[in-house]
Amino acid sequence: MREFLLTVFSLSTLQGAVRAGTPLLLGTLGEVYAERSGVLNLGVEGMMIMGSVTAFGVAYTTGNIWLAILLAALAGGLLALIHAFTSITLRVNQVVSGLAITMLGLGVSGILGKRYIGQPPGVRLGAINIPVLSDLPIIGPLFFRYDPMVYISILLVVVLWFVLYRTRWGLSLRSVGESPATADALGVNVVRVRYLAVFFGGMMAGVGGAYLSVVYAPAWIEGMTAGAGWIVIALTIFAMWDPVRALLGAYLFGGVRVLQYRLQDLGVSPPLLNMLPFIFTILVLWMSAGEAMRKHIGAPAALMQPYVREERG
Amino acid sequence: MRRIVSIEVEKRLAPPRWLQILAPVLSLLLALSAIGIIFLLVGVDPFFAYSEIFQGAFGSVYGLSETVVKSIPLMLCGVGLTLAFRARFWNIGAEGQLLIGATCATALALAYPEWPKAVLLSAMFLVGFVGGALWGLIPAILKARWRVDETITSLMMVYIASNLVKYLVYGPWKGPEERGFPYTSKFSPSAQLPRLAWTRIHYPTLLLALALAVVVYVLIRYTKWGYQIRVTGENPAAARYAGMSYLKTVILVMILSGGLAGVAGVGEVAGIHYRLRYPEGISPGYGFTAIIVAWLARLNPLGAVVTSLLLGGLLVGGDAIQVSLGLPSATVYVFNGAILLFVLAGDLIARYRIRLKSMELKEVS
Repeated sequence: MREFLLTVFSLSTLQGAVRAGTPLLLGTLGEVYAERSGVLNLGVEGMMIMGSVTAFGVAYTTGNIWLAILLAALAGGLLALIHAFTSITLRVNQVVSGLAITMLGLGVSGILGKRYIGQPPGVRLGAINIPVLSDLPIIGPLFFRYDPMVYISILLVVVLWFVLYRTRWGLSLRSVGESPATADALGVNVVRVRYLAVFFGGMMAGVGGAYLSVVYAPAWIEGMTAGAGWIVIALTIFAMWDPVRALLGAYLFGGVRVLQYRLQDLGVSPPLLNMLPFIFTILVLWMSAGEAMRKHIGAPAALMQPYVREERG
Repeated sequence: MRRIVSIEVEKRLAPPRWLQILAPVLSLLLALSAIGIIFLLVGVDPFFAYSEIFQGAFGSVYGLSETVVKSIPLMLCGVGLTLAFRARFWNIGAEGQLLIGATCATALALAYPEWPKAVLLSAMFLVGFVGGALWGLIPAILKARWRVDETITSLMMVYIASNLVKYLVYGPWKGPEERGFPYTSKFSPSAQLPRLAWTRIHYPTLLLALALAVVVYVLIRYTKWGYQIRVTGENPAAARYAGMSYLKTVILVMILSGGLAGVAGVGEVAGIHYRLRYPEGISPGYGFTAIIVAWLARLNPLGAVVTSLLLGGLLVGGDAIQVSLGLPSATVYVFNGAILLFVLAGDLIARYRIRLKSMELKEVS
């Protein structure tokens, strides 16, 4: 038991949890916004992997890491626009549309990425080094030796939390996901808010994918997201549609991903550990099913409901 | 003066019949054109690619037999999904139900290898059906009893099932003679389905799939219960007023939908692999592809027989261009994704009319 706890709470596990959790966090923050607007996006896996291949390709050709991340965001966003068009404008089934987008992303990234298999990365984003702080014992490696994307994602948590709960934009977003008819009556452009939220969600998924291929791995491997997008879907619910809880959940799930290799020596089966995020998600959905509970945790009431404006006579 | 153009979608009162037939065909052609553009972008001649796919899937007896082999699990899962989707129950977890069916059948095959062939195989199909049904019942009960959204739960159940299979084949069920491979031991001959001549077509599963497609068709079309499913899907409020129990309908639908996917899993382990393997080895996403099968068939179980052959062919043809054009194995996903998207949109165009509305706004000074 002592050995078990020492492994779980070792410095390298905690660091690993943050790194493995960062792509999940980026994707989840985007999906939180998309679902808050009332659109379920099951295309996250496809948008993430398009981000991975775009980022790797751009970094490989230009050597510019920030351009790579930016274009990865755009790739994810463009794919998200297809989903927005089908689910918001055409009002087709959001579940099937999202699945189609995931398949499309997995396929297109496979074709585009074939030439990059086995190639060394053009450039990689390394850990920052802050004088004094990074060299502190324990505190240094635990807080001040990550790559810039880790800090950017934490900053985004704060910004997105603030926008969601403390600004007019956030209010519009939440009202559209809660009761689009009411929001419409109050003069909120439901379609525009939903399009923006889904586009933003796709961009964040793209950046999450980019993190995998130019920071975490860094390499291009076909299908390298390996289900991270589905964990994002689970995490969004696990975090109960809240950016701060998304941070905690992402590091927790990231920890699970890291620990599966480390606990194997202690006799814990990796697949059983990997089941946990999905079991937790079902439990959270189940517990949050009651109406009072749903209101309390902020589940968007109009999730998956397309909005049709009633003709007003 | 400003001009505002907006896209409006409005419902057609009665979709013309020609459009109902033309829409899916047109969607398919549009999807193929879109994929062609992607091929052109990476320097592959799309016409050559398409002819290679067609040749690979349907151009030889071997290709044709493999197409049938892949269509068996797609048919079983797809037929089950037509039923679930008609009740507007979005079961996207057929993949997990398939894996659990395979797992249950394997448990039996490994425990009682000496049972007579007919008994053991029938029992395997039975426990596979029950396993898949139970796995499908979890989201069904959560939905019917506590109104928990079934799409996410059925999807999460896929990853739980997949990790369960991994746990078993890397852990307690790993065959001692398999030298580190994540496989169970090979099934005894009693647990192996017969195949057609030199092909891999395990015909008992195929016949079962065809029979079940007819059964489900008759059920939907001609029974009171099928009528209840349709009403529940199309107008849940009316179904409630008429005294139909949502709980009962959804549970029955998912027993069949999950059970059929479970049977598909039995066919894969007993007819193709003769063992349980890691999940991607058992199914390259048949349960997800079956969603396209059901949708392309416009939720008609007999139509799903035809569309499963089409998508089975795509899987085989996809393997063929992998070799001849040096494309990655993921290429087939492009087809699946694009076809699904265009069919979705095409469906809508048949039922709705899309109009570009333009208005002129006069500036008020």
